[in-house]
Amino acid sequence: MTCPDDLKYTSDHEWVRIEGANATVGITHFAQAELGDLVFVELPAIGRAVSKKETFCVVESTKAASDVYAPLGGKVAEVNQDLNSNPELINQDPYNGGWIAKLEGIDEAEAAELLSAAQYREIIGE
Amino acid sequence: MSERLTPLYELHKELGGKLVPFAGWQLPVRYQSAKEEHEAVRSAAGLFDVSHMGEIWVTGAEAEKALNFLTCNDVTKLSDGKALYSAILNERGGVVDDIIIYRFSLDRFLICVNASNSEKDYEWLQSKNRFEAEFVNESDRWGQIALQGPKSASIVASLPGGEVIAALKRFRFFEAELGGIKIIAARTGYTGEDGFEFFTAWGETADLWSALLNAGKDFGLVPCGLAARDSLRLEACYPLHGHELSEDYTAFESGLAWIVKLDKGDFIGRSALLAENERGSIRKLTPFFVEDAGIVREGAAVFSTAGDPIGVVTSGTHTPTVNRALGLAMVKSEYSKEGAVFEAEVRGKRLQCKAASSPFYDATKSK
Repeated sequence: MTCPDDLKYTSDHEWVRIEGANATVGITHFAQAELGDLVFVELPAIGRAVSKKETFCVVESTKAASDVYAPLGGKVAEVNQDLNSNPELINQDPYNGGWIAKLEGIDEAEAAELLSAAQYREIIGE
Repeated sequence: MSERLTPLYELHKELGGKLVPFAGWQLPVRYQSAKEEHEAVRSAAGLFDVSHMGEIWVTGAEAEKALNFLTCNDVTKLSDGKALYSAILNERGGVVDDIIIYRFSLDRFLICVNASNSEKDYEWLQSKNRFEAEFVNESDRWGQIALQGPKSASIVASLPGGEVIAALKRFRFFEAELGGIKIIAARTGYTGEDGFEFFTAWGETADLWSALLNAGKDFGLVPCGLAARDSLRLEACYPLHGHELSEDYTAFESGLAWIVKLDKGDFIGRSALLAENERGSIRKLTPFFVEDAGIVREGAAVFSTAGDPIGVVTSGTHTPTVNRALGLAMVKSEYSKEGAVFEAEVRGKRLQCKAASSPFYDATKSK
């Protein structure tokens, strides 16, 4: 179950769980496997307004720092503080315990443009 | 893909290695988890493909004299079967390459050089040599495998011919047979752990790798990639060519004073280093911990707390055993004392760092 069917995705390997006008965001199983063991996550500030494709988080492995893009526009309502002390949660449980941020006031049109699990699976060759 | 392939390329793919370009070669950065590979080397053992490293033979009646002039450590301290860490310096005392010199006899030495440097070193040595000595670059003919970690000796001893190799002392080597494969076995390494480095013919390297990996199964041996190699050497504060070591930093600045023998007679770089010894070094390679949350990487600019530029980070990451963000930086000498505070710039923010003592990790104290 590397891409749950109930989630939306981007070609940059973020996943999105849409609940009304809110969205929970993280990086996919595929992305965490490519990055390797994560050792630091720079979370966005709460209250920050982000637009689609904007770098809003940085995840770092021993070898490199990688940008995470906002899959859609909105305001950062909550971040996963557990990642401060346990960045490896993203490796261990990317779709649940490893969520990164919750956005509120999301753009409906942008939400509609996100990829389905089937479309994302095609991108990663599964 | 323009990079060269080591004799283990197919085996790396079979083992699930994530191959990346490194120093002109395709090498595995990791197989599964770099962190687990690192930890295996600290607690059991790891196997590394280091076939990209270069091998240059130095032979002739004045081979010893030549090497003593061309490198900064004292080659006359060697006897047959002993190895020595040394460096090739330029006239300014800058580091052309760091090397290991193996003495087979007074007129026959092998030097192991960094992968990207074998041609450059070979040409440098030939052009600067003024003694009766010949240089032969055999980098294409030798594969190299490093077996590192506290279980290394037991793994070697479990193979036919291995017991006598397992009895080698540190920085000793000899021509041996292991599992029926002709090798040069040396008790050396680049991880801060006990271990061995084996040279063998290019075409036999895959057989040696498989024999070792198989023998090591019951000892917790795992294949390791470049990421683990880098985090292991960084914890041990071993400088890496192209990062801590360059022609623009002198041997003293890079922390190689312990292999610079100013009293041994003339060598390339000596007069510059004599002068630096008199006046003191203006900058020094300094290990540091990151005090703020975040990771500081190579290339980050370093500032005093007052905001003045004082240097640059040469290596930095978060390492598994020490379990902290740390690194090495080339900074003005007054900031190199343990406890000195400075800042490194990461994505526009300045993170507080504190100079630490070297090394971050010492196997002899940790076990």
